[in-house]
Amino acid sequence: MTLSRKKLVLVGNGMAGVRAIEHLLKLAPDAYEITIFGAEPHPNYNRIMLSSVLAGGTDLSEIVINDYEWYRSHNITLYTGHKIESIDTVNNKVRSDLGVETVYDELILATGSDPFMLPLPGADKEGVIAFRDIKDCQIMMETSKTYKKALVIGGGLLGLEAARGLLHLGMEVSVVHIHHYIMERQLDQEAAVMLQRELEAQGMKFLLSKQSEAILGKKRVKSLLFADGSSAEADLIVMAVGIRPNTALAQKSGIAVGRGIVVNDYMETNIPGVYAIGECAEHRGIAYGLVAPLYEQGAVLAKRLADVQGQGYEGSVTSTKLKVSGVDVFSAGQYDEPAGSRALRYQDEIGGVYKKLVISEDKLIGAVLFGDTADGAQLFSLIKSGESIQGKERSLLLGLPDDALKASPSARLEAMADDEIICGCNGVSKGAIAEAITVGGCTSVGQIKACTKASASCGGCKPLVEGLLELYAGDAAVKVKEGICGCTTLGRDEIVAEIKRMELKTVKEVMNVLEWSTEEGCSKCRPSLNYYLGMLWPEEYVDEKESRITNERYHANIQKDGTFSVVPRIYGGVTSPGELKKIAEVAEKFDVPMVKFTGGQRLDLLGVKKEDLPKIWEELDMPSGHAYGKTLRTVKTCVGSTFCRFGTQDSIAMGIRLEKEFERLNTPAKVKLAVSGCPRNCAEATIKDFGVVAIDGGWELHVGGNGGVHVRATDLLCVVKTEDEVVEWASAFLQYYRENASWNERTSNWVERVGLDSIKAALDNREDRLALGQRIQTALSVTTDPWKQIVAERELRKNFEPISPIETA
Amino acid sequence: MTKMHIGNVADIDHKGSRTLKVNGLEIALFRLSDGEVLAVENKCPHKGGTLSEGMVCGSKVHCPLHDWRIDLHTGKVEEPDTGCVPTFEVEVDPATGAVYLTV
Repeated sequence: MTLSRKKLVLVGNGMAGVRAIEHLLKLAPDAYEITIFGAEPHPNYNRIMLSSVLAGGTDLSEIVINDYEWYRSHNITLYTGHKIESIDTVNNKVRSDLGVETVYDELILATGSDPFMLPLPGADKEGVIAFRDIKDCQIMMETSKTYKKALVIGGGLLGLEAARGLLHLGMEVSVVHIHHYIMERQLDQEAAVMLQRELEAQGMKFLLSKQSEAILGKKRVKSLLFADGSSAEADLIVMAVGIRPNTALAQKSGIAVGRGIVVNDYMETNIPGVYAIGECAEHRGIAYGLVAPLYEQGAVLAKRLADVQGQGYEGSVTSTKLKVSGVDVFSAGQYDEPAGSRALRYQDEIGGVYKKLVISEDKLIGAVLFGDTADGAQLFSLIKSGESIQGKERSLLLGLPDDALKASPSARLEAMADDEIICGCNGVSKGAIAEAITVGGCTSVGQIKACTKASASCGGCKPLVEGLLELYAGDAAVKVKEGICGCTTLGRDEIVAEIKRMELKTVKEVMNVLEWSTEEGCSKCRPSLNYYLGMLWPEEYVDEKESRITNERYHANIQKDGTFSVVPRIYGGVTSPGELKKIAEVAEKFDVPMVKFTGGQRLDLLGVKKEDLPKIWEELDMPSGHAYGKTLRTVKTCVGSTFCRFGTQDSIAMGIRLEKEFERLNTPAKVKLAVSGCPRNCAEATIKDFGVVAIDGGWELHVGGNGGVHVRATDLLCVVKTEDEVVEWASAFLQYYRENASWNERTSNWVERVGLDSIKAALDNREDRLALGQRIQTALSVTTDPWKQIVAERELRKNFEPISPIETA
Repeated sequence: MTKMHIGNVADIDHKGSRTLKVNGLEIALFRLSDGEVLAVENKCPHKGGTLSEGMVCGSKVHCPLHDWRIDLHTGKVEEPDTGCVPTFEVEVDPATGAVYLTV
């Protein structure tokens, strides 16, 4: 700690203020001694996620953005549960309600907003709350355990989110709204009615055109009385009618206040050294209540405080993109058809899609999308740019035709809003990537990855990142040849060719000879090389277990808390009373927290401690189901001709045979099979890597399906007559995939990359098929059951057990 | 600070790890390819992932949950992520291979 550091105080520990601090720490990590006061007894959390907490599936602890450790590691003094009562702008001091006094050189006000509580008689009764913070959420959860009837006053976005959460908590919910349709600030009547229908189907009730008059009850609320004399019973009333900027502190401290705390383009108030950002601030007459503008303001203020020259904040054109209870809704601009405008509508009551474009002269001035919001970002940017859309109106309304899409992918990227998320895994926005290129000077995808984490996880967004690089860096974009990872510039095919040509036999040798830039590779190339070497030299290569991904090293799936899950093999999904008893006994003996059916007709024992894995495998005495590996997972089957009145073939026997044939096989990525006994396809074979569908007198063979990240239906490979032929084709297809796909490339991507025709050509000739079948047999012949091996070998088993210290030296 | 004799270097595989609990704290011990043994708290600063199950590359470990990279010498998280894991002193007797951990 140096004494020369200026003192920065932030009042308000919410999303806007702390975001500005995060930004400032990046620009000038040592410039300030920072103190933060927050009225809530929590570290910085994501208020937007409160709905997800209520709706289940998200834990309160998961919505914390910065935990206490973050404040500590950046030497930030944090006072939670402290409300600042006064600002002395003459002596530069703030004072909290608990008596803490702090001097500042620079002061940021980020006090957010307060929920607007209707001043109804009886509003002070027990069971009347807002929906704004963690405390409100906790009250809702508590209340739902003992009470049943909830009323939400306010049919806007916030009210509907609250209502959805209460439904999820098992309460009966009615939404009371003063207007004759819901969400009138974001939607026109048509879209609002469609949304209401959707929500009613989910169990929500609506009381529209109702003005609340009084809250009745003794100590606790009993009912709500309306102006028309009717009433509704309630054990809980949530007011969600709006928010208002929290300006009281600024006002009594002599800081200029309008709707919010008045600031200029650099977020400065009328008092030097005092700034305001977020929902409490009013910029050019507007107080924003959405996240994106608040983040933009935070960035401007951080630059100001770090003495970095930068553009001022010029306000934001906002759009609403909401996911209300699983329904996509988007609106932007003037969607309520002002005088002199014309509207184009598309309404599909069956598919639940509604689109409206509002056009004035030849410009797009507003849009509403319901049920299909894919074009939202593009429409929003057209509204902002104000360019002419003459002649394009219909194609915009109906989504662009294919050829127009192909003509200019860069135009679509350009049209995308800055806060649109490009990388879903790591939450990186288009704006962040653009900034990494234009400000950070990134000139390759690799650099963008290192700087922002975009495309660092699943890689699905890489084409978009490449497109943005081209868009913003233009000719400066270095066409770095992207290797399989950051350790090499070589692609998969080059590596495999070199391994073959020079007969390289170990991972270390490959890295040395092919001049890897790192000494021991990374978590991407090590498992890849291990796979390629094993595939090329099946009989002599010794598998490097230290180069396998975690799940494959522990032969179980690691879960978020560090425990594992165990899935034994259940061939074709057929089990027996004896086997079920055994699984049940093992689960009881080891106190397994959860026993669950998987999607692939097997049983999953979840929450197993690492040291228990070998013991459980030993007791089960069943083969590994390989539910964790890049290998054959499960073969899903329907009932087939064994019992089913429609079954044309014995799908169960076929499935079991395939599973026994290929279990333990190393493949580039996980491989899922299914066998259906008739064209009704109850085993869903057409979204599997290799799917078999029985027809009268034969079998259809389908390949390249996927029901996961990129859903893809299979392509028909061919139709065969006998079970032996099914196995022959499956062997040939799987081996051809093993020899030609990249590590971690599912058949769905591979089939699209190389084209079905090239695969058909490679498998067309029976001799070639049999040769591939020979090679797959060789690969299979060296595999053993991993669970049995670990149970038997002390040297492998020790890695599952903790060390017990010998003595204190 | 206590110095403990916890076992022999042969108990840990090359590029592998073992764990042990000391006063409720879980520690992960790693053995690098050059034989060096390093110890850090078995908890990724991101989401608490068990680093012991991660892949060891050089003197770094990749967290098994979200692939954060941690330098085992310093405990520092690699860019673009940030954070730090506590490290613990380890000595290996070159003659006997006995491993001593100071907590």
